[in-house]
Amino acid sequence: MATTLTPILTKFWDHPQSWTLETYEANEGYQALTKALAMDQSALVSMAKDSGLRGRGGAGFPTGMKWSFLPPPDGGPRYLVVNADESEPGTCKDIPLMMAAPHFLIEGVAITSYAIGCNHAFIYLRGEVVHVYRRLLRAVEEAYAAGHLGKNIQGSGFDLDVTVHAGAGAYICGEETALLDSLEGRRGQPRSKPPFPAVAGLYARPTVVNNVESIASIPPILLHGADWFAAMGTESSKGFGIFSLSGHVANPGQFEAPLGITLRELLDMAGGMRGGKKLKFWTPGGSSTPLFTEEHLDIPLDFDSVAKAGSMLGTRALQIFDETTCVVRAVDRWTDFYKHESCGKCTPCREGTWWLKQIMGRLEHGQGDEEDLEKLLDICDNILGRSFCALGDGATSPVTSSIQYFREEFLEHLRQGGCPFDRDASALFAKETASV
Amino acid sequence: MTVTPEKSTAEKSPQQPQSPASGADAVPKPGGAEAPAAKPPVDMVELTIDGIPVSVPKGTLIIRAAEQIGIEIPRFCDHPGLDPMGACRQCLVEVAMPGPPGPDGKPGAARQMQGPPGRMKPQASCTMTVAPGMEVKTQFTSPGAEKAQHGVMELLLINHPLDCPVCDKGGECPLQNQAMTSGRPVSRFEDIKRTYPKPINISSQVLLDRERCVLCARCTRFSDQIAGDPFIALVERGALQQVGIYEDQPFESYFSGNTVQICPVGALTGAAYRFRSRPFDLVSTPGACEHCASGCAIRTDHRRGTVLRRMAINDPAVNEEWNCDKGRWAFASPTVGDRIELPLVRDAAGELQVASWPEALAAAAAGLRGTKSAVLTGGRISVEDAYAYSKFARTVLHTNAIDFRTRQHSSEEAQFLASTVVATGPNGGATTYADLEAATNVLLVGFEAEEESPIVFLRLRKAFRRNKTVVTSIAPYASRGLTKLGGTLIPAAPGTETDVLAADAAADALSGARNVVLVGERLASVAGGFAAALDLAERTGAKLAWVPRRAGERGALEAGALYGLLPGGRPVRNVEARAQVAAAWGVADLPTDVGLDMSGIIAGAAGGGVTSLLVGGVDAADLGAQAAKALEKAFVVSLDYRPSSVTAYADVVLPVAPHAEKAGTFVNWEGRTRPFQAALSTTALSDYRVLDLLADELGVFLGVRSLAEIQREMSALGAWAGGRYHRPTTTASLVPQPAPGQFVLASWHLLLDKGSLQDGEPFLAGTAHPARARMSSVSAAAVGAADGDVVTITGPAGSVRVPLEVTDMVDHVVWLPANSAGCRVSDLGVPVGQLVTVIPGGAS
Repeated sequence: MATTLTPILTKFWDHPQSWTLETYEANEGYQALTKALAMDQSALVSMAKDSGLRGRGGAGFPTGMKWSFLPPPDGGPRYLVVNADESEPGTCKDIPLMMAAPHFLIEGVAITSYAIGCNHAFIYLRGEVVHVYRRLLRAVEEAYAAGHLGKNIQGSGFDLDVTVHAGAGAYICGEETALLDSLEGRRGQPRSKPPFPAVAGLYARPTVVNNVESIASIPPILLHGADWFAAMGTESSKGFGIFSLSGHVANPGQFEAPLGITLRELLDMAGGMRGGKKLKFWTPGGSSTPLFTEEHLDIPLDFDSVAKAGSMLGTRALQIFDETTCVVRAVDRWTDFYKHESCGKCTPCREGTWWLKQIMGRLEHGQGDEEDLEKLLDICDNILGRSFCALGDGATSPVTSSIQYFREEFLEHLRQGGCPFDRDASALFAKETASV
Repeated sequence: MTVTPEKSTAEKSPQQPQSPASGADAVPKPGGAEAPAAKPPVDMVELTIDGIPVSVPKGTLIIRAAEQIGIEIPRFCDHPGLDPMGACRQCLVEVAMPGPPGPDGKPGAARQMQGPPGRMKPQASCTMTVAPGMEVKTQFTSPGAEKAQHGVMELLLINHPLDCPVCDKGGECPLQNQAMTSGRPVSRFEDIKRTYPKPINISSQVLLDRERCVLCARCTRFSDQIAGDPFIALVERGALQQVGIYEDQPFESYFSGNTVQICPVGALTGAAYRFRSRPFDLVSTPGACEHCASGCAIRTDHRRGTVLRRMAINDPAVNEEWNCDKGRWAFASPTVGDRIELPLVRDAAGELQVASWPEALAAAAAGLRGTKSAVLTGGRISVEDAYAYSKFARTVLHTNAIDFRTRQHSSEEAQFLASTVVATGPNGGATTYADLEAATNVLLVGFEAEEESPIVFLRLRKAFRRNKTVVTSIAPYASRGLTKLGGTLIPAAPGTETDVLAADAAADALSGARNVVLVGERLASVAGGFAAALDLAERTGAKLAWVPRRAGERGALEAGALYGLLPGGRPVRNVEARAQVAAAWGVADLPTDVGLDMSGIIAGAAGGGVTSLLVGGVDAADLGAQAAKALEKAFVVSLDYRPSSVTAYADVVLPVAPHAEKAGTFVNWEGRTRPFQAALSTTALSDYRVLDLLADELGVFLGVRSLAEIQREMSALGAWAGGRYHRPTTTASLVPQPAPGQFVLASWHLLLDKGSLQDGEPFLAGTAHPARARMSSVSAAAVGAADGDVVTITGPAGSVRVPLEVTDMVDHVVWLPANSAGCRVSDLGVPVGQLVTVIPGGAS
């Protein structure tokens, strides 16, 4: 049976004023909050657990369990911090969501804050997306005005302030502890764990850090029930998620579907490959997840199936590359990204990405020898699992997987003394120029 | 000074059977000392490392546990004194954790920590704490850990310049050493290294070579955590990350030299030492620092007779691994080119002429013989030198007119020292660094820890950070040092400290379970200050300790270089005490006169009652307003190694050895002995040896020919167990009332200033804090001066002109640094607590 789309968070993105409170309220908006405020806090945590919702930021940690890790209230503040620092190459789900329907997030923040006993929540937004920042600020303003935020929300006696904070544009600040450091006004570098944020997070207080999409999924789950949510998806990856198709597809965009859908199905929905070309490789969850190829078209896109096939579901950022793309060049450019974004705290990531980039750059230009491939793999072996946080791990994924699937293409670069591909052929403007 | 010993020793439990003056710490005395607080039982954790069982306290880091059994895991960012960081990843080890308990309740077989699944994930042993049943495999037993360490080492070296042959650190470099033990034989890196211009100054004394830096953040963590001076920080990111300074906050930390010492590579080097030597060419001598009473253990490194650098030695009880920049870098003064190497005798024309030792000794003896003599030792001598001065005064000059205090002092202070301080020590229950660290509350009065005893400051900061110790200071303003201690100020104008100590606020500041009051030598400028501090300590049960500024003061006290005291704290007016000393010294009797203190000696010399002076290392500026007249009038024998304001008046100058060229012992503020050896072997004589020669010339056998001889005698004499002097009961005197335009003078020495021991070290001087006058906004408005304006402060003897820094402080008070560039308080001719006038303007 073919999987069908499940537009929930994306349901009214096509509305001309989709981001307003009015539109949101016309689509069941803030009903879940009303329901939540009448419930026991622990019942909300149980609901999140029962739904099987796993973190949508990439790691897939059960959201309800994360909430339950908070120590019992001690009278001091507890914080909810929403990780909206979406920066991974290919990942583009949170930013469109906050752009098109920010109230999902804000209602989710209100419900989650109530559930965990937080009176001040923070949304840490990637700094470059000023338009989203404005829209979030406006949505927060609307929510305050409507009594969904602020003092005595909906007459319940529950107070909540929401601060939207724009970061300064660092990929590392998507790492939750680096995000907390940055939010506190320090340089964004990951912290040692333990203590985990649940025990000592923001300002050393118990803190829940959740992804935008995880929090935005809470209102629909609450409204329609954990069972409704759990009925979607697969046994271990329940519910729906936004799949972002980009690259060489006919109709790139966000496709909200149950977890477990395959790329083959998604490609069909997206009108197939651009210009009928052949799929060469793709990322299941952003540039940090090992590449897949055509042979993985029917892998169910859920946490476990993707992991079993040697990659990670990540953020469901499906970057599609057709046969015109040079994999060495693509990986070289991703590696450049990691070198640029490595925070510098730990040796393997800091020095390793510096080195990987130099070797990848050389290979793309046909300089080097086959030993460089072994060297690359060994450097990756010395980074993966040795770096302080997952940034370094992510940097190795494209390198190791590209050599795994396309070793011959690397060697072809060396034989030809340069890149065998026509760069323009893979570019988007190739199509546009043709249609003029 | 009241010179009547207490009637009954039973009134007060007899303290300290042995004095530090005897050359050892006082021994424990059951019941006499406060019992050390019982330590709570420690939970121990059992684990294995490389198959070897080890039991360590819960919370121990794996890397520390490994050290316990002699397994060294390579590391860079790890440092026991700093918060764990886990940045360099050099210390990766394989870890297996016990599995979940089976049906029998016993933990399951240990399971290797993995990530991604199936792949061993090595753990940073510097951030991971031990757990029961944990199995750790280091590079010695785990090929995976070894591979991980080799990988990290290779990565650390890809951007490292490998310029070991021209690097100061080469030969003592953890990177070099660990690259040999834990690295690949050959690097596979053949691409382009990151390069920077090198080196750059991050302060006048610390240079940064960014190419060599491995970004371990030891320096930035030290500055932030230990010193409280976060003036350096890592900036930029990725491989371009580097140690940076702030545009408007210079790296003027008093402790910056420690960053050079703990740098595990050659990235931070000292300007004075750069390119001067190779470590393996240096000869190292352990010793003690001569600059203050903190008592740091230091190492002096010399090459071919030239001292090139000094380092802190790890002494957990005292300075831990740290010292201050003055202790580290201020050692050049004997080599600035004006050493007095031969004796000098003033000729008939009034000029000092070089003389032979026999001539000079004869001239000195002739001048001293038959005169009314007095002795000023200065506060910087070793305890053995002080003992020799003390013995010389009593047996050769037949006088009790001797004082080590060349600063503001009082008879109340002398009484306080004799009743409370002398002949106490760490083993006898006296206050120690450990007490500071464990204290609930610490009250400082007349004492700026960071400026006057920087290691006391560091320990207080550690107490504040680790144990939440509450520090309170009675001072005119909250100094930066106090702020860094998270401290609270009880504002007090100079002279009002006595009343403040008696007020509730002071007692409230000592409301915890373990309290310490630290009084500085500056409290001597306040009538009743010591008495009030004693009252407060008694009222609150707090421990009380005296922290002098100079390194030799405490030892001089123990050695009896104070008019009312003989060695070991023996009261001069006590017959038995005199008899003990006379017997030890082999003399029939000792002088019984009351003696004179420093101001009495100077007044006497100026007035004619004292006709000759034997002066150690003393600056005339410290001797008060009549110093010039006194030195002019009296016959002066000066023992010094450089020309000074005293040698300028001296009739005979006898050269003595500077610190690096002599051995001896200091006694730090705790009463702890701090022995030091001669780093350089020269012909220069320590003061005791010169005094022995001079005594010979005067026909007296002094018996202080060697350290061993002195120490044997001091040890045999031991500490006085009899009655002590009564504690002072002085009351507060009236505080001067400033008329309009007048202000009460407050002052203390900044750590780095114009002190002559800091001469010859321009890099160090470059980080001295500039001289600023401080007044409250009300006071500044009263004189019509704004922040940054130059003001002129005038006393009876002269003026100083310095920029004003408007400070949140008590009104009607002006604070000045005692002896900084452009601001010498002695030029004013008034002591602290007296009135000066302040007017705006004047060229700075």
